[in-house]
Amino acid sequence: MTTLLTWLVEPLQQEFMVRALLVSTLVSCVCGLLSCYMTLKGWALMGDAVSHAVMPGVVIAYALNLPFAVGAFVFGVGSVALIGFIKQMTRIKEDTVIGLVFTGFFALGLTLISKVRSSIDLSHILFGNVLGISSSDILQTVVISLLVLTVLLVMRKDLLLFCFDPTHARSIGIHTGVLHYLLLSMLSLAAVAGLQTVGIILVVAMLVTPGATAYLLTDRFDRMVWLSILSAVISSVVGIYWSYWMDASTAGCIVLVQTLLFLLCFLLAPRHGLLAQRRRSPRASRFPSA
Amino acid sequence: MPSRLPHLSANERISVRHLCVDYHGVVAVHDASLHLDAGSICALVGMNGAGKSTLFKALMGFVRPTAGSIAINGLPLHQARRAKAVAYVPQTESVDWNFPVNVHEVVMMGRYGAMNVLRIPRPVDRVAVKEALDRVELWPLRDRQIGALSGGQRKRAFLARALAQGASVMLLDEPFNGVDIRTEKLMIELFEQFRREGRTLMISTHDLSHVTSFCDQVVLINKTVLAYGETASVFTSENLALTFGGLRLEAESATAMDPDPQAP
Repeated sequence: MTTLLTWLVEPLQQEFMVRALLVSTLVSCVCGLLSCYMTLKGWALMGDAVSHAVMPGVVIAYALNLPFAVGAFVFGVGSVALIGFIKQMTRIKEDTVIGLVFTGFFALGLTLISKVRSSIDLSHILFGNVLGISSSDILQTVVISLLVLTVLLVMRKDLLLFCFDPTHARSIGIHTGVLHYLLLSMLSLAAVAGLQTVGIILVVAMLVTPGATAYLLTDRFDRMVWLSILSAVISSVVGIYWSYWMDASTAGCIVLVQTLLFLLCFLLAPRHGLLAQRRRSPRASRFPSA
Repeated sequence: MPSRLPHLSANERISVRHLCVDYHGVVAVHDASLHLDAGSICALVGMNGAGKSTLFKALMGFVRPTAGSIAINGLPLHQARRAKAVAYVPQTESVDWNFPVNVHEVVMMGRYGAMNVLRIPRPVDRVAVKEALDRVELWPLRDRQIGALSGGQRKRAFLARALAQGASVMLLDEPFNGVDIRTEKLMIELFEQFRREGRTLMISTHDLSHVTSFCDQVVLINKTVLAYGETASVFTSENLALTFGGLRLEAESATAMDPDPQAP
């Protein structure tokens, strides 16, 4: 018991650990909430694309001494607009366009970072640096997070309808085009927030895994949201402790815990888990209950 | 049965005049005109690609016509949309049945257009949803996730949404696809109730046996409206030959005009 207590309390005497835990908890709430929409809309690839595409924006913002969120937002939304434009103007399929655009943006970011003189550290962008996060970065992350949380909470029903049945939404006069870009903007912002914790490479995990985990556990959207946020927060906290005591990569540990939680639910979820499906007649489980 | 339809006075529900729709220069619908009165069930008959879904999209205001005009209840489309006059009932295949919503939530989505930005249901919305669910006999199943419904219940849930919306025009996309006889009978009974209340239903179908059994109006479409009106006068073998033979004729004339790509 005392060992567990020491294990939990000792890291908290380090200021950087407290900061890391608070920031990543906040980011987890944002990403956990957003990931429900990403999962239901089928936008995992879009999340991956946007999170990579923000990189040149971050580099340019640092070089010009602007808040990194501004640059990231411009390039995140820009990449999405470009994807939509190319898809509309050519016959190339959407997943190809997504792959094409985000690698292009990412390459631009890599090139810029190697040429632009700045204090910016490539590995911090790629893999996150939540243990060494600066005060100004914390401030930005808090502002972004509160903004995204507010928008998602206010618009949650419209966004849910947009994910479920955009045709109906349009037919009753809801502007689905606005919702589309609103959700993508929130995705760009959440990617920037998530980038602080786990970096560009793994931020897509923050935007997908918690929602997917929660989706296995419930058939109610509001419960899905809470479970998603819960699993994201647990993963961040456990991951950070784990990385502290093992002296391992923080981003790696956080995402690894997320993945383990997912696997646990994949096996043991009460209705949609593998074992529950096996327990029912194996043939019937493959079809929706008619 | 309760029925509070807006614009009941207007006798003409749907009026399409000389409608043309292009997609990137490809003609989808050309010079189509039709008129439907209040209280009718109309079958929209045509082959795949004949322009059925384009016509639906045009009636919902999703595509901008290159020419012509549409009026619903005598109102231009943007006003009709503000009045939530047109409801679309999707094909079963196009719905994500694993989506984490229950029956009550789906039917409540019919009311979103009437609510404030936060979409918090008012008492009037709850009453409308209860009435709609009672009419399709799904009130006891309101807390079920939609995927846990049977095939017929799934259809009725989406009809209830159109009811809750208070739509006077309902566009139904292949409603009888994959439906058993019992469900089909139940749905037709509901459709006939809707007709008596003065609603106008437009049903896209490729099953011709439905047309004579309960549709009082027919619209035959093949890139344009070939014929429309009372089933008895429009649903003739000559007209059907036009509807279903047209494409083959077109294809033949197209190959006759095009130079053979294989030729040296």
